[in-house]
Amino acid sequence: MTPDITTKPSETVSYRGADDGGQPLWRKLVRWETALVFVLIAVLIFGSAKESGFLDGTNFFYISLNMGEIAIMALPLTLIVMTGEIDLSVASMLGLSGTVMGSLFHDGWSVWAAMAAALLVGAAGGALNGLLVAKMGLPSIAVTIGTLTLFRGLAEIVLAPRTITGFPISLTKIGVVPVQGTKIAWSALIFLVLAIIFGVVLHATALGRSIVAIGLQPEAARFSGVRVDRIKFGLYVVSGVFCALAGILFTLKNSSVSYDAGTGLELNVVAIVLLGGVSIFGGRGTVIGVVLAVVIVGCLQQALTQMGVQPEVQNIVTGSLLLVSVLVPNSGELVRRIRARRRRGPVPAA
Amino acid sequence: MTISRTARRRATAILSLSVAGVMLAACGSSSNAGSDPTGKPTATGVKKGLTVYFIPKDTQNPYEVLADQGGKKALEELGGKVVVSSGTADTAAAQIPSIQTAIQKHADAIVIAGNDPSALCPSLNQASAAGIKIVSFDSDISCGTSPNHLFINQADTADVGTSEVDLLAKQIGSTGQVAILSAAASATNQNAWIGFMKKQLTKYPNMKLVSTVYGNDDPATSLTVLQGLLSAYPNLKGIISPTTVGISTAAQYLSNHKDVAKKVTLTGLGLPSQMKSYVKDGTVKSFELWNPNQLGYLAGYAAASLASGSASLQTGSTFKAGTLGSYKVLAPASGVGPSVVLGPPTVFDASNVDKFNF
Amino acid sequence: MTAQLTAPAPAPDTERFARGAALLRARELGIGVAIVLVFVATTISNHAFANAHSIQQLLTGAALIALLGVGETMVIVTRNVDLSVGSVVGLSAYIVGDVFKHHSGFPVLLGYVLGIVIGAVIGSINGLITVVTRVPSLVVTLAMLYIVRGVDGVIVNGKTIDPAAIPKSFTEVGYRTFLGVPWLAIIVAVVVAVVGYAMRSFRASRDLYAIGSNPEAASLAGIPAGRRVFTAFLISGALAGFAGSLFLALHAQIDVTGGNGYELTVVSAVVVGGVAIFGGSGTVLGAALGALLLNTINQALVAAKISSFWNEAIAGGLLLAAIAFDRWLGLRVARSLQSAQGAHRDA
Repeated sequence: MTPDITTKPSETVSYRGADDGGQPLWRKLVRWETALVFVLIAVLIFGSAKESGFLDGTNFFYISLNMGEIAIMALPLTLIVMTGEIDLSVASMLGLSGTVMGSLFHDGWSVWAAMAAALLVGAAGGALNGLLVAKMGLPSIAVTIGTLTLFRGLAEIVLAPRTITGFPISLTKIGVVPVQGTKIAWSALIFLVLAIIFGVVLHATALGRSIVAIGLQPEAARFSGVRVDRIKFGLYVVSGVFCALAGILFTLKNSSVSYDAGTGLELNVVAIVLLGGVSIFGGRGTVIGVVLAVVIVGCLQQALTQMGVQPEVQNIVTGSLLLVSVLVPNSGELVRRIRARRRRGPVPAA
Repeated sequence: MTISRTARRRATAILSLSVAGVMLAACGSSSNAGSDPTGKPTATGVKKGLTVYFIPKDTQNPYEVLADQGGKKALEELGGKVVVSSGTADTAAAQIPSIQTAIQKHADAIVIAGNDPSALCPSLNQASAAGIKIVSFDSDISCGTSPNHLFINQADTADVGTSEVDLLAKQIGSTGQVAILSAAASATNQNAWIGFMKKQLTKYPNMKLVSTVYGNDDPATSLTVLQGLLSAYPNLKGIISPTTVGISTAAQYLSNHKDVAKKVTLTGLGLPSQMKSYVKDGTVKSFELWNPNQLGYLAGYAAASLASGSASLQTGSTFKAGTLGSYKVLAPASGVGPSVVLGPPTVFDASNVDKFNF
Repeated sequence: MTAQLTAPAPAPDTERFARGAALLRARELGIGVAIVLVFVATTISNHAFANAHSIQQLLTGAALIALLGVGETMVIVTRNVDLSVGSVVGLSAYIVGDVFKHHSGFPVLLGYVLGIVIGAVIGSINGLITVVTRVPSLVVTLAMLYIVRGVDGVIVNGKTIDPAAIPKSFTEVGYRTFLGVPWLAIIVAVVVAVVGYAMRSFRASRDLYAIGSNPEAASLAGIPAGRRVFTAFLISGALAGFAGSLFLALHAQIDVTGGNGYELTVVSAVVVGGVAIFGGSGTVLGAALGALLLNTINQALVAAKISSFWNEAIAGGLLLAAIAFDRWLGLRVARSLQSAQGAHRDA
């Protein structure tokens, strides 16, 4: 038997079928999320054992402040990955929308009008991705590497080498103080509200079922009346708008923006979505898994920084977590295949 | 899909969301009271047992590693300690967790090289509100008065700009096309120096600045833009590269292309250890820099003195900086708040380049 | 990730191969024309651009990305991707530099071998995990990007290898020319020629295309896909390690930033060069030309006195145009094949 290293939908179905080992899908989901809960508990115990102040409110505010925008970008990406596509342009869109907002504000626009323009830019950028991927059928990984570069380049043309500051303090305070009466940052609160909405949409509506169906088998979904192109296009627009929202929050949090804001965050966002148990083949994943992944990554990063662990080691930890997060769900399949090989006798090594 | 399955899944989703809510709440429940180090003042008026957080642009930048070592030496002499904390990428986002950690750990002072002139201000302001003294070095932050901070200037900003133009003018007979090979387009210190270079160039009517290119402190990018420069301006006489990565990349290229090196003169800011071989083979006649080690050492003393209350941000306030002697806080001027200047940059050439170990 | 499969794959008959080959050649020719156009346009705006020196620089500047593009092409035609190449360049360059620094008599040639070995080890780890566990290579190599970069950081630990530590005979490769052609360009041209020839002529390498265009059919045809994919990753890693040694030779110094972000540039160059991101088609020559085109544009902007702030936007736009163009080409092939079949039936 030869490994199918494929990304083609039909194969993924058979592969997933084998992976499930005959269990209902929901049980599988619950198990991955349970594992994440245990990982989170382990991280919290680890953090508080090493750092006395780890579980205090200020730290919680910091973690929520650091993760808010990344988490918001992860939500639409979750749905996009569920349909079997990807969006690597998220962090560049964060930078471009922040840049547009800053530039217009600098030119005398009111901050609210500038924010609205940033959201429009987000929608337009998302529509460009959607047009190329959903309508023209181009591979999303190549398209969004292209728009990753394009959006960042446009931001550079608009703003470099300037840095825009001077946003109203009444707004930039979201980067300094938590939501009144709580210990949570505004961006994280917005994320939680959005997460509930996304969770309901994905797990309890016809649209959510369509998204899963597209990821599992696009052709079948198309034949059963799901408007695949339209849904994918819509998801990219949503992604653009939410990345713009993240860009606005990022700009206000830092009370400034330059063209390179958020450079490289796309890899963090993708890593969180995958760690959350969303299958890169599409069709499998939960919003709650992604929420848990956000919290785990945020707490772990803060714990390691406070312990004075070299940031390079943090890179190794992130990479390993990512690898483990896809290896573990695949291990059942792996064991099954090795057994099958044994039964058939030795097979030449790869 | 059956109805019962949907319902079950919905229940699962809601259940899992509420689990997350509980976890999140747990993350923020208990609180922890901190304790302040109550050290006794030493002879210089600096308390013992101070903790200073050094937050370089990233933990791997060779220049800043030298500065961090200087800071460590200063605090060792003062009976305190330095914690170096930063990210792997030169971004403000990567530095913010380190500032938060300093707040959490009740540090006495933060010494920071800003990756962004403004994006760090809110976090630093929080640190300042928590009683932490803020010192910046290498690349200043422009936060106005929130927070008030002391900038340890490596050399007078105007001096760096003008002296480099003068250095180049001397070598090319004050005539010809010149270009600047800078780091990132958003780098505060680079842009400030370039501003003064342009000003100084007006004094040399026969020298013409034809282009400013950005190599992003990445050797490969620097090489690409350098090659573009050379193609675009075959009559180029001089290049100023006020960044260690830019000047060493350009020097490496010129040393291997003698025909180009004959026509183009290179100067700028470079590390003697990296430039040694190029000075010896005649590619570069002279360049300048200050001692990054001393820069960190001075920053360490300044931070400790501010944290002990033995120095202030008032113009004219003085403090002792160990073996470097005494320093005075300068008045705010043209976009720079209270600052201290390390000293004039050292000019390196064949006669002295071997004497420096950084 | 599922492929939004491009044109429905027609039956692999000889006619299709002939047409496909013709179109591929057209594609490479197209990039060649684009390079010339950019060059000519730049020369018109700045006459100084057209000289031997400029051309040497265009070749040298593109060499490393082109070399990485060769390995990346081998991986991508099998419907995989290798995102770890940038990190591998950085790690191998630093380790080789460190060895020179601490063992002054270390043979220069072994410096290159060492780089290749380091890359091959990482490439084989990528290949092994991808093939054995069937985790998508996008995820595996993304994780390896982080891990290798992290290991590099721990080893480097804020140090720099200075030019004085690198033997002159090692750095020679970075600047010497032969009959006016830079050695770097010659080395990469040889690699492109050898791999390009192999990809056309040997069964094992043609299997890579079969695996990429239809994995099921490939496995039914008895192609040992696992072994082939593993080999592709191994070679991609080895070439990345070699590129690391050349990086050191070219820049004569190395710190932790070496090769940062190369992965996206390489994938862009490969895609611009006409290699289909979902496997099955594309040539190493196309990938190398794609790298040359991107570098030509970068240098042309400086020469044409356009602000370098435009670089990224133009590179991104070009990439999108290249993908859209490929799609259009694919549709045209499909249509012409259909009409040809229709004609057969009518006859």
